[in-house]
Amino acid sequence: MIAFLLAQTIAITGGTVYPASGPKLANATVLIRDGRIAAVGTNVSVPSDATRIDATGKWVTPGLIDGAGQLGLVEISAVPGTREASLQGDTIAAAFNVAEGINPASTLIPVNRIEGVTTALAVPVGHLVSGQAVLIDLDGTTIEQMLVRSPVGVVADLSESGKDEAGGSRAGSADRLRRVFRDALEYERRKTDFGRAQMRPLSASVADLEALLPVLHGREPLIAVANRRSDIETALRLAREFKLKLVLAGGAEGWEIASAIAAAGVPVLVEPMDNIPSYDALGIRYENAALLAKAGVTVALMETDTHKSHDLRQQAGNAVSYGMTWDQALRAVTAAPAQIFGVADRYGSLETGKVANVVVWTGDPFEFSTGVEHVLIRGKEIPLRSRQTELFERYKKLPPAY
Amino acid sequence: MRHAWSMMLAVTSACASGGGTRAAQQPAPVQPAPAPAPAATPTPQDAESTSVNRLQYPSTYQRHPSPPVLIRNATIMTATGQEIPNGAILFKDGRIMAVGAKVDAPADAVIVDGTGRYVTPGIIDDHSHLGVYAAPATDAESDGNEATNPVTAEVWAEHSFWPQDPQIPLAIAGGITTIEALPGSANLIGGRSAILKLIPARTVQEMKFPGARYGLKMACGENPKRVYGKKGGPSTRMGNMAGYRAAFIQAEGYRRRWDAWNKDHKGDPPERNLRLESLAEVLRGNIYVQNHCYRADEMAEMLDLAREFGFKIRSFHHAVESYKIAELIAKAGTSVSVWADWWGFKEEAMDGIQQNAALNQQAGGRVVIHSDDPSGIQRLNQEAAKAMYAGQRSGIAVTRDQALRWITANPAWTLGLDSIVGTLEPGKMADVVVWSGDPFSVYAKAVQVYNDGWLVYDRNDPKHQPRTDFELGQEPAPGSDR
Repeated sequence: MIAFLLAQTIAITGGTVYPASGPKLANATVLIRDGRIAAVGTNVSVPSDATRIDATGKWVTPGLIDGAGQLGLVEISAVPGTREASLQGDTIAAAFNVAEGINPASTLIPVNRIEGVTTALAVPVGHLVSGQAVLIDLDGTTIEQMLVRSPVGVVADLSESGKDEAGGSRAGSADRLRRVFRDALEYERRKTDFGRAQMRPLSASVADLEALLPVLHGREPLIAVANRRSDIETALRLAREFKLKLVLAGGAEGWEIASAIAAAGVPVLVEPMDNIPSYDALGIRYENAALLAKAGVTVALMETDTHKSHDLRQQAGNAVSYGMTWDQALRAVTAAPAQIFGVADRYGSLETGKVANVVVWTGDPFEFSTGVEHVLIRGKEIPLRSRQTELFERYKKLPPAY
Repeated sequence: MRHAWSMMLAVTSACASGGGTRAAQQPAPVQPAPAPAPAATPTPQDAESTSVNRLQYPSTYQRHPSPPVLIRNATIMTATGQEIPNGAILFKDGRIMAVGAKVDAPADAVIVDGTGRYVTPGIIDDHSHLGVYAAPATDAESDGNEATNPVTAEVWAEHSFWPQDPQIPLAIAGGITTIEALPGSANLIGGRSAILKLIPARTVQEMKFPGARYGLKMACGENPKRVYGKKGGPSTRMGNMAGYRAAFIQAEGYRRRWDAWNKDHKGDPPERNLRLESLAEVLRGNIYVQNHCYRADEMAEMLDLAREFGFKIRSFHHAVESYKIAELIAKAGTSVSVWADWWGFKEEAMDGIQQNAALNQQAGGRVVIHSDDPSGIQRLNQEAAKAMYAGQRSGIAVTRDQALRWITANPAWTLGLDSIVGTLEPGKMADVVVWSGDPFSVYAKAVQVYNDGWLVYDRNDPKHQPRTDFELGQEPAPGSDR
């Protein structure tokens, strides 16, 4: 009903369109109808009832997709009552789907969408198996309206931060995961025996084992946090053993074995500006995203600081600065995450039939001098307002008029 | 952030844990800085304690012998109101000799072709925890908060500083030439800062900026009351205020006793107290207060506290709500050291807005963009760019020169070094960065960094890419960026 009332036709005309699915189109039109892209091209006729957005001299791209963060799941990082991304006390929290923790009224959502991020992964954190990540659009008054795909995959932490709950050793992390995976498959085969209490104790709760089955049958990816080269190799090994669809998150030392990651067909979520060495990744470096992409790995970018998810474009710009091509970087914040998160049929590019998440920029979206002129999410123009813009309006002249 | 996929929590380690037009395109002689530029800070003389007449951990800094350098055909951004296209800069023996459209070079000068490149003063970060929260971030390297007492004015950051912190070369590669390394914000009064030349060195003494005054770290708000709330207090903001006041009341007595004894040196000197000595030096104006403070109302309280005891707060650090009282802070002569867009990690950071720097500039304040972060320090030019353009898009006429001063001349002032560094003017120390392009572009990188005339970093020459001991024997190989 609401969707019907909002249904309208919008034509973004005259801009340079970067569809992320092909070369740029100068002086092109993006036609949007009923929340979907109806046409893209230089020869699109605009219906007379269409609302026109003049993008002459502007750049038009798909809405950016942040491959990480906790948008909707955290309001104030230091206030536990406003954090929903971690389930306490469960080492294997595979059944923990974060969706119902999302607060559509979070003030972080407008702050970030008005700067071009229209879609984000909402990620559980903590433990060895953290839970299920979901993909959300940054618009909607209910969780159902925001959800794009739930779940996107199950998150496991093979890095230093995950091993504590596996006995304090990386070997323990791998071993624990193997036991849980085997138990899930055995449980599936012997549900009847389990019901009659004719099975040995299982290494995780039934709910968590059940939640792993889509991963073990390759229907959902295992999203494995791994930064050290050997941890990445462990993730690849587990994926081979259990025929998993694997996504690497972090992947800091991935550049060292980029060709092996590419050969395995495993995509990587990278935070390009993260280059501070730790014992989890002494080989971390700025060029990681570029070197992975050059080797043929599908790379999507992350800004993990949820409050400024919009700095995703700074991440992309720096990825270009350190060797990615501009086109690769654009894809890494649009088409690539859509593909990795299983929504490439609907998201990630400006093509006929796709969901109309579109941003009109004053210029190159990765440049600081560039501002956002229009944001459309599912074909609806988003007002460029947030709690932060209201604070600015109140205090731009002092003293404020309370 | 450091650990991808982990929720960023506020930690006490870090303290957080119109269109501008290009000024003066015409090649012209360098002119004095435009407003806001009240009288330059006097050149620091001897900043050692006046309570005792002895050298305390003196700087052993020595200028690295270097040939004269002429950089020409570059856009020279002086941070004094000039942006000189096709300009040149000559420096020799660690001093800037000439800046302008055409500069003659001595015969022995190294000539650097700056075609397509931009030249700025060395970048200064007035809020860093490099060396005191070194990488790798283990407990063993966590030396920034002496969280054993809410008032630890007796501790000095230099005594924690590790010159082999592998984050140092990363910051150098970002164009940083001077930092203030501060204690953390767990304490009401966290201790003395260290003002350092960011150069490869074996000892912190070799890095100490000669003659620089110490800073004293103070912290408002959530952090001290969280850390001490269950350890004897303070547990409230009013407890915080009472804690600062009690400390400075003690310091007044200490100062009185020492000043009296110093007049004639008769009898036994008063007993030394390192904690009160630092505070007495604040009262004497010899140490600058660097005050971590987020909320507008608390900053107003701190200005009153400073008035009560007769000192000045040199800078409010983080100051995410400073835009709400920008005119009060500007009038007090206190600078604001802010981020471009960090916000929301704790309650007192919820009202952070991207126009904060620009609004303070508009109110006549002295603005600094600081990092408080080993990642952010590598891209302070980008942070300044974000803050400048956010202001311009909101109709605040921030100029490129003003934004450059946010990371050069203004932090130099916060540290009391603005007569020595922070601009490209003849006579200033030759802290110079050559950028691959406009430093306010995301695509620009520092290609050469000169510190006191010494080429400490050259992106195209592995011989000038210092590595710390920590990095030896580890990937990536020398010569690559991390």
